[in-house]
Amino acid sequence: MADMRVNIAGVEFKNPVIAASGTFGYGLEYNEFYPASRLGGVVCKAVTLEERLGNPGPRIAETPAGMLNSVGLQNPGVDIFIKRYLPLLRRQDVAVIANVAGHSLDDYVATTAKVSDAGVDMVELNISCPNVKEGGMSFGTSCESVEAITAAVRAVCKCPLMVKLTPNVTSIAEIAKAAEAGGADAVSLINTITGMRIDIRTRRPILKNNIGGLSGPAVLPVAVRMVRDVYKAVSIPIIGMGGISTEEDAVEMMLAGAAAVQVGSATFHDPYASIKIIEGLQAFADSQRLSSITELTGAVQEW
Amino acid sequence: MRYCQETGTLARVDQLTDTVYSFTIEAPQIASLAQCGQFVHVLCEPFMLRRPLSIAGFDKEAGTVRIVFEVRGKGTAWMAALKEGDAITLNGPLGHGFPLLDPDKKAVLVGGGIGTPPMMPIARHYGQNATAISGFKTASAVILQEDFEAFGVRTVLCTDDGTAGQKGFTTDALETVLTEGAADVVYTCGPKVMMKRVAAVAKAHGVPCYISMEERMGCGVGACFGCACKTKTKDGGTTMTRVCLNGPVFDANEIDWEG
Repeated sequence: MADMRVNIAGVEFKNPVIAASGTFGYGLEYNEFYPASRLGGVVCKAVTLEERLGNPGPRIAETPAGMLNSVGLQNPGVDIFIKRYLPLLRRQDVAVIANVAGHSLDDYVATTAKVSDAGVDMVELNISCPNVKEGGMSFGTSCESVEAITAAVRAVCKCPLMVKLTPNVTSIAEIAKAAEAGGADAVSLINTITGMRIDIRTRRPILKNNIGGLSGPAVLPVAVRMVRDVYKAVSIPIIGMGGISTEEDAVEMMLAGAAAVQVGSATFHDPYASIKIIEGLQAFADSQRLSSITELTGAVQEW
Repeated sequence: MRYCQETGTLARVDQLTDTVYSFTIEAPQIASLAQCGQFVHVLCEPFMLRRPLSIAGFDKEAGTVRIVFEVRGKGTAWMAALKEGDAITLNGPLGHGFPLLDPDKKAVLVGGGIGTPPMMPIARHYGQNATAISGFKTASAVILQEDFEAFGVRTVLCTDDGTAGQKGFTTDALETVLTEGAADVVYTCGPKVMMKRVAAVAKAHGVPCYISMEERMGCGVGACFGCACKTKTKDGGTTMTRVCLNGPVFDANEIDWEG
């Protein structure tokens, strides 16, 4: 049987399938279906320095082959995350990644210091949330600010640091290079693509925030292309995400250059999506007679 | 186990109006766990998001759950095309349901339109001690009155245009019912504007009131924060609370109606 383990920036994952931030709560919400320990890793819902209430509802709209969300980083704040949620997840045998967001550079630094002191396997720096007015994606759209915030956070982060990139830029490869220059140990991509849906009867946007972030199968080819671009541009590992709902999608993402994948909104359609992907990946790797799943990473043969 | 995913068999389909369907689904695990006011998250295979639908009835011995839904969009239209004998996949039972008092207490149920179905399991619990007030736009939209009567419940039917029952709003009927006789609890589900008024009438009569909120949902299990609604905190502030996890049933005093 092919070895399913992957090592990303020194962090061991028992398989390359990780639950994406914002779709898997604090790792225990799906416990009635299966334990989080079945997964390679869990990225927690974004945490910020202070509590955030998020945006008013509706926050969810369905789209062709996907969905928009405008949750807006609702969370109880990093202190409650560390006290109430992190210890429960730490008891599970699974790599734990904290997703850190903020209003300002100081917020990011302070929040990262707290979660990395509390003990997580990795921090995912969220400079790509499209649903907040200040901070979030605004840090992730220029090379200068990406390098600066990555360096500032790197200085206080005691564990490997992964920067989550927004696709809402002209060149995601340039942004990835800036993250690498700032000291990122890995990058993850893509966050959601900004989008809008309108109720034609009321002439109102369906989301109260007017716009939101698109995820789901609709974004898969965009994400695969961007992972490929970034793979060619940087030498740090990539965790690929965006529209993965089957093992075939995960293989595509790995062939493009991802060392591991995150599965997000597919879990809403089928709570067992990640489990089926893990089993499917194993079967695929065995059928291809791979000794390790890592052999897929970047192995696309471009024309 | 509190909930699970179960692929059941669609045992019975009844079309109640032009746009409203009743499904009785053989799903013994979910039926065994179900409580009044909880919901199931229905997989609509061609679509990304599941549809959250309140449980309109459950029979633990027969192993069935009933849902009653209105065709509002593509997902519910896909559901309506399912036939008896087809498979249907549900997550459930999800959320926190209605708190129930002893069945000898007096309960008033106020359902507006497609908010009426979740009143049914409560009606069964209280039987002849319940009054079910139901409101619809017009006679052709009226559903479930015989079902309520079968539980021995006193029914009060209202339509906006007076084509069935009495002309007028459920909230006026509630005022009359609570003025005529004491009640111990009020339960409601329907349009937000109606529930807000129901809560105000119940409060004026000093009767506890529980409401079932509806919101667009993502995960259904508290993981995505997609379905949050505005609620009041104990210190007088407001917060955003997940309808799927902490609701869908709330004490009416918790809801910030301006949110």
